[in-house]
Amino acid sequence: MVKHKIFIGLILFEFFILLLLIQNRTMSVRSLQSEVAANKQMVSHFMFTDLALWSEARYTRHPSQTDLFSPFQDFPGAMEHFPSGSIIAPPEIMFAGGLE
Amino acid sequence: MYRHLMILEFALSSLYRRKYKNLLMIIVYSMTVFLLASLVLLTDSLKTESIAMLEASPELIIQKLKGGRHDLIPENYALRIAEIRGVNNVLPRYWGYYFDPASRANYTFWGANEIDHNIKAVVEGRFFSQRKKKDKTFPCVIGQGVSEIRFIGINDFIPVKGSDGKLYVLKVSGIFDSQSSILTNDLIIMGHDTIKTIFEIPENMATDLAVQVKNPREIDTVALKIQKLFPSVRIISRKQIRNTYEALFSWRSGLMASLLLSSIAAFAILTWDKALGATETEKKEIGILKAVGWNTPEVLELKFFEGAAVSAVSFITGMTLAYVHIFYWGGFLFVPILRGWSILFPKLTPLPYIDTVNILTIMFLSVFPYIASTIIPFWKTAVTDPDMVMK
Repeated sequence: MVKHKIFIGLILFEFFILLLLIQNRTMSVRSLQSEVAANKQMVSHFMFTDLALWSEARYTRHPSQTDLFSPFQDFPGAMEHFPSGSIIAPPEIMFAGGLE
Repeated sequence: MYRHLMILEFALSSLYRRKYKNLLMIIVYSMTVFLLASLVLLTDSLKTESIAMLEASPELIIQKLKGGRHDLIPENYALRIAEIRGVNNVLPRYWGYYFDPASRANYTFWGANEIDHNIKAVVEGRFFSQRKKKDKTFPCVIGQGVSEIRFIGINDFIPVKGSDGKLYVLKVSGIFDSQSSILTNDLIIMGHDTIKTIFEIPENMATDLAVQVKNPREIDTVALKIQKLFPSVRIISRKQIRNTYEALFSWRSGLMASLLLSSIAAFAILTWDKALGATETEKKEIGILKAVGWNTPEVLELKFFEGAAVSAVSFITGMTLAYVHIFYWGGFLFVPILRGWSILFPKLTPLPYIDTVNILTIMFLSVFPYIASTIIPFWKTAVTDPDMVMK
């Protein structure tokens, strides 16, 4: 008659640990939010349009600015040169068919 | 209530009897949840952060296209665009890419003449002052990634080969701190004159134009008017930038789809194998339970508790590990995948953000199929005569 008590205790303990981790991280998030605010100011000042995540090709460095041919510069359906080109989805404009 | 607790106790005893098999199951199950949750937490966080930051990007970007390729745009386009009702300001942007043979990395050169005093908070050192004519070097501010890959600090030099073949020397007057590396990691910011000299951008030409529109509801109308005025330009609205980043980190993106499908497929095989049928021992166990007076709902409740116990432990373990992986350790397992061929990749510090819908989706994809696969094969056994089952 102790197994269910151990089990319920274990579940509550695991849940408590998860909540503690979330709480601890959320407490430190204030500094992270001020980082986002500072970065937003930077975006506004420098007129940035993209994140500096992938720098290997112009269409991965600036996915929102790339011309429609760059990702298919050899021929449509060609193997993608860069791994990040396979990771990122095609720009929305390809689906939207132009400016909404 | 007591009866249910007794059934739970029996279910846990039953799981304990096959402890090694169930432990293995919990490990595999937790890893599946860990992988799915890590992916969802990372992409949710990156999406939220990028959309929050890029909300401040220009309302419209005007690019000139020539033969389907991005071309330099005459600055005098700005004068005619500024006359359109609703346009607040039109500013030229100067930027481009530079391959540095020494580090084999691509840098992004960005032109900026003046600096908001608040931006200085994210720059170590000082921001560049305007270059004096007698200076032989060109002041610049570099991103953390550039500083690290070239092992350079403030007052160090970066030689760059200009489009005219001449060598220009950039002098580092400031370095962006790591907090801004998601935006500035590969950047080298320099004055407008410097970038125009290095890239040989002719006078009165710019890379593109940024248009500020007073009323956000007028953005599409202004864009249409610009398109009519200059048919050869391509207009990128802030909404499109937002959509691009939403799509980039959405379920549809390649990263999500590839990892998601493979882990779901692995888990599906596991649960399918389980759902295919109960073992002879398990069938006999149910036969005995029925023979000693358990009814069908009680047997099914027993199996439900068995499935739910394994699911609860695995799900919370997987979620906890995923949370630590992404928000404490910066998603280190995914960085090699995300990084691709990039020589410069910023250090990720994802903002703790949890989308409840996505967590419920993970639960729906893992917990429900598992519990169903635990109950369904026993349904048939439980409704069969115990005498037949035990034979």
